[in-house]
Amino acid sequence: MRLTGAEIIVRALADLGVEVVFGYPGGAVLPIYDAIFRQNRVRHILVRHEQAAVHMAEGYARSTGRIGVVLVTSGPGATNTVTGLTDALMDSVPVLCLTGQVPTHLIGNDAFQEADTVGITRSCTKHNYLIKDIRQLVPVLTEAYTVAAKGRPGPVVVDLPKDVQNAELTYVAPACNAVERYRPKEKPAAPQVRAALDLLLRAKRPIIYAGGGVVNSGPAACRSLTRLVRETGFPVTTTLMGLGAVPASEPNFLGMLGMHGTYEANMAMHDCDVMLNVGARFDDRVTGRLDAFSPASKKIHVDIDPSSINKNVAVDVPVQGDAGRTINALRRGWKAERPDSGANGIDGWWRTIRGWQARDCLKYENCSERIKPQYALERLNAALAGRDAYVTTEVGQHQMWAAQFLHFERPLRWMTSGGLGTMGYGFPAAVGTQVADPERLVVCVAGEASFMMNLQELSTVQQYRLPVKIFIVNNEYLGMVRQWQEFFHGSRYAESYSDALPDFVELAQSFGIKGLRAERPETVDDLIAEMINHDGPVLADIRVEKSENVFPMIPAGAAHNEMRLSADDEDGAEHTDEGLLLV
Amino acid sequence: MDAASSTHVLSVLVDNEFGVLARVVGLFSARGYNIESLTVAEVDRTQGWSRITIVTTGTPMTVEQIRSQIDRIVPVHKVVDLTLEGPYVARDLLLVKVHGRGEKRVEALRIADIFRARVVDSTNRSFIFELTGSAGKLDAFIDLMRPLGLAEVARTGAVALARGDTPS
Repeated sequence: MRLTGAEIIVRALADLGVEVVFGYPGGAVLPIYDAIFRQNRVRHILVRHEQAAVHMAEGYARSTGRIGVVLVTSGPGATNTVTGLTDALMDSVPVLCLTGQVPTHLIGNDAFQEADTVGITRSCTKHNYLIKDIRQLVPVLTEAYTVAAKGRPGPVVVDLPKDVQNAELTYVAPACNAVERYRPKEKPAAPQVRAALDLLLRAKRPIIYAGGGVVNSGPAACRSLTRLVRETGFPVTTTLMGLGAVPASEPNFLGMLGMHGTYEANMAMHDCDVMLNVGARFDDRVTGRLDAFSPASKKIHVDIDPSSINKNVAVDVPVQGDAGRTINALRRGWKAERPDSGANGIDGWWRTIRGWQARDCLKYENCSERIKPQYALERLNAALAGRDAYVTTEVGQHQMWAAQFLHFERPLRWMTSGGLGTMGYGFPAAVGTQVADPERLVVCVAGEASFMMNLQELSTVQQYRLPVKIFIVNNEYLGMVRQWQEFFHGSRYAESYSDALPDFVELAQSFGIKGLRAERPETVDDLIAEMINHDGPVLADIRVEKSENVFPMIPAGAAHNEMRLSADDEDGAEHTDEGLLLV
Repeated sequence: MDAASSTHVLSVLVDNEFGVLARVVGLFSARGYNIESLTVAEVDRTQGWSRITIVTTGTPMTVEQIRSQIDRIVPVHKVVDLTLEGPYVARDLLLVKVHGRGEKRVEALRIADIFRARVVDSTNRSFIFELTGSAGKLDAFIDLMRPLGLAEVARTGAVALARGDTPS
């Protein structure tokens, strides 16, 4: 049967298993929209800005483990996706982004709504394609779909000139096993696993440092990791991206590590003798000062992307492979050597760790007059317990408080912009998460400034009746910017005050959405209950203490063991001139 | 860091497709790596493969990063660090235009003969010499031609293959 290019695109997407596309129409994709109109296998969600379409696809992907798909027009449609694509690249999120393009004979002529999409997106995608021949459509879409999902996942752009969409060809369904060009190595090499195991067996002060790679490897990999933790009795910490890989209630879980991670996780990283990094990448937010990073440890690094190994930190045992498969191989080896799990001789190490935990690094001074942001998150956590909630965040202080105070028992429940730190990510990501399943409880923990960056999607939420709960921790500041200005720039708060804010309750109402506000601590619980129980979207404005800072904190340029637990902690490192140069 | 820097020759087999060179070169600029020279041409028409030869400098850790970053580009089939893999042959091609008359012209011809350079263009006021060899040999030839009326230089970067039956 002969189909147009546009029909082939939509049919191939459906045959690849795509159920939903986030997009925005325009001149260069009209044939594809017409093809979408005339079928019912692929559902389309109309966004209000193309950047939000990519973040929605990210939220969809990260809460389901599937690929998020985006469809936008040429020129401005394509350039608006760049921030989202970069975000997906940094956080290894599988996204397939289809962009319209001017007809092939006009490419390079500065035609209306023409942009060099493959040129612009080359450095913010895992791979990209420009299709100039209709015969390439199905093979390229198939390969693009595979590249986005396999190995270390990431965004892939396919640029589709309008004449290719209008050409005709006989349709042949995609065959994913025909993709020969991209076959990442998933099975770890046995000698590397053996070398890793030898280190783990001899460890006296071990730590497992798990990242988003374990979550990307799948829920089975996360369960395996939890079993490895129990079988070895080792302490485990996760990165921001790895939250949920191990249940927060797991007794051996030390919390998140890094700049605003827990004291015990960072101290354990610093003092350990063997570090098992699974699916994390020694990011600067995690390592602190590199030359003082975990100085006494032998390091094992398991990553499916070999270019992540030995990039920032030279390791002793590199293991290229899938996180889940490698963890399973390590577990088999461990069981063979230590059939009686528990007798691992690291009791002294645990006593040291329990000592660090006793510092209670997340404690804060509550207030009866004003809502402390930590209190708001703590109460939200209490309300979400047992509800299997999905949480997204924007970027800044609220994001760190959410990471510290919300507890995730399962993977794929936590969507946050870690690598790129994209303000405006969280709300559309929550929309995408909700689209994946309208029955889920989806909460977007936001700051008022981040929310302002993509609030146009309130219209999308209302159009599709998506019951997203937006929980704005409103301190009327770009809080993290304000915090750094306080620490590093003499408390000169240049342009970090959120002036001329809308009345968020009235804003919500103007879209036909329920708006709520809390201004006093005793009303927080009622607001949260009302928000969760409302059958529909809610925009909640939590007016919090404005000058609260996020602690604990490893000051930029300091080491893990120089953490400051509070504003008046004199044991932690001072802020240095070298630190000032870092981001 | 600089003390441990050394020069490496990377040989990269790629699908000869749209944008692949931009992808490899873009990686160098995006990540702040050095390119000392770069050559690229199709080497297998039936498979549609090109070989990119890159000369770069860096510490062992940086060069290994470069190698693995290139290796994860989808149309890249293979990356070999020839410097690490064993002995290899590397050659540049040089064209030099020399203006001159009288004694200098004779001297230029004499030196070209010593270097086994070929005269590929000749007028009564100029020569173009063609020379292949290692980068060092080509540099030496250029230095000797400079006082003899050297006018223009064009040269490729290195192309290289592993010696013996080791594949590159």
